[in-house]
Amino acid sequence: MDQQNYLSVRGIRKSFGSTEVLRGIDLSLDRGDVLAIIGSSGSGKTTLLRCLNFLERPDEGTISVGGKLLLDAADHTTLSEAQIRRNRLHFGLVFQSFNLFPQYTVLQNITLAPTLALGEEQKRIRRAQGALAAQKWHREQVAEIGERAHALLARVGLADKAASYPCRLSGGQQQRVAIARALCMSPDILCFDEPTSALDPELTGEVLSVIRGLKSHDSTMIVVTHEMEFARSVADRVIFMANGIIEEEGTPDEVFGNPKSPILQGFLHKATDMR
Amino acid sequence: MNTWSILYDLCMGFGVTLKLFALTLVIALPLGLGFALLSMSKLKPLAYLMKTFIWIIRGTPLLLQCVVVTFIPSVLLKIPNKDFAAAIGTSITDLQFYFVLFAFALNYACYFAVIYEGGIKAIPRGQYEAGQVLGMTKTQIFFRVVLMQMVRRIVSPMSNEVITLVKDTALARALSVIEIIAIAYEKVNKYAVLTPLLYAALFYLAFSGLLTLAFHFIDKKLSYYSV
Repeated sequence: MDQQNYLSVRGIRKSFGSTEVLRGIDLSLDRGDVLAIIGSSGSGKTTLLRCLNFLERPDEGTISVGGKLLLDAADHTTLSEAQIRRNRLHFGLVFQSFNLFPQYTVLQNITLAPTLALGEEQKRIRRAQGALAAQKWHREQVAEIGERAHALLARVGLADKAASYPCRLSGGQQQRVAIARALCMSPDILCFDEPTSALDPELTGEVLSVIRGLKSHDSTMIVVTHEMEFARSVADRVIFMANGIIEEEGTPDEVFGNPKSPILQGFLHKATDMR
Repeated sequence: MNTWSILYDLCMGFGVTLKLFALTLVIALPLGLGFALLSMSKLKPLAYLMKTFIWIIRGTPLLLQCVVVTFIPSVLLKIPNKDFAAAIGTSITDLQFYFVLFAFALNYACYFAVIYEGGIKAIPRGQYEAGQVLGMTKTQIFFRVVLMQMVRRIVSPMSNEVITLVKDTALARALSVIEIIAIAYEKVNKYAVLTPLLYAALFYLAFSGLLTLAFHFIDKKLSYYSV
């Protein structure tokens, strides 16, 4: 069954000091599916995303994408920094607080990482085919990245903001740039860590509709969110986390329409009460 | 007493002042960054060694450090400074200048290191993480993401240090480096008037004024974004 699933996460455990934040997480996801992770603060949702993106190293467990084992916590041979970078590029992450680079324009924010990533390949071409070929290749790639960035900006509805600096944008616009930036690295799986939690209520809609739009492009996504309506309408599967484990999972209709666990029932009750 | 000839000589002296000022900056600005990185190093012994060095340099007078530096050849190489100057093919006067420069560069590098470190630590962790998840290397994150934001944050404290440096150059006189104050004193003694010192003060004032404007300009230049 592991082979069938695009993303396969097995037995992830993570402690910070004596606090066990993740206590054995198993999850799998098919290509093109959207997984929503819900749960109260401190349930381990964000830590799980950070493990997937190699920002935290799990104490136990494995992560594979497309049948390729990316991380086995039991394997203590340290991966080279370059290998970790290659592995983490299977995932993209959109942060709660956007984390755009303030000194760069919107366009530069998107093109910076893909352009820098050309370096290694360029060196290889230079060795194999000489400096001129490498230069030509680099120029073509940079042009291609630029086109891709403009296309992505258009897709998140910010085609006219390419030359603006992040501080001139609203929070919602910044988050849409962050989405475009993550997409420009063409990750297999795009993760969102509470992408609208830092936004004013009237700005959440624009970000959510961008994410919804990605679904129609067959992006595989994992969205940690407090927007229950959104989770219900956009997700193919929903996971409810509590105390570091997956308390309940299923289709949106199962999880929201017919919650079995009393903790989930209580959570949904409070979540809808607040509206 | 010829005012113009006094001004001319003071100008020459201020040339030495400016030379010491500029060379100190050229060395101490990058060196301080190296010190800052070392003192934030994950290799604890290295970090503590750097922090101790910074503590000693910041905790003792620059004048004392200048004097100590002049003893380095005789203590380490067991040769008098005169022979040391001959060995490296320079005059004793120039050697004195290099001693001062050495002490100044180390001293200011330590102060800069502390400012850099503060600037780097003030950058939110999210900036590093954003670079990481985009597959950037540590070096790329430092030079492409962190460094410019650090510069933006440290303009004011740096302007303080740099303007202090202009005036600290007067200490070079203690090692017989003939800079503007040394020349002004000479004129005061020679002509028994105080005006040369007043002129010297005006030189300093004008130059710090220029620097203030320069830093104001840099600050404006960088304010196209907010951090």
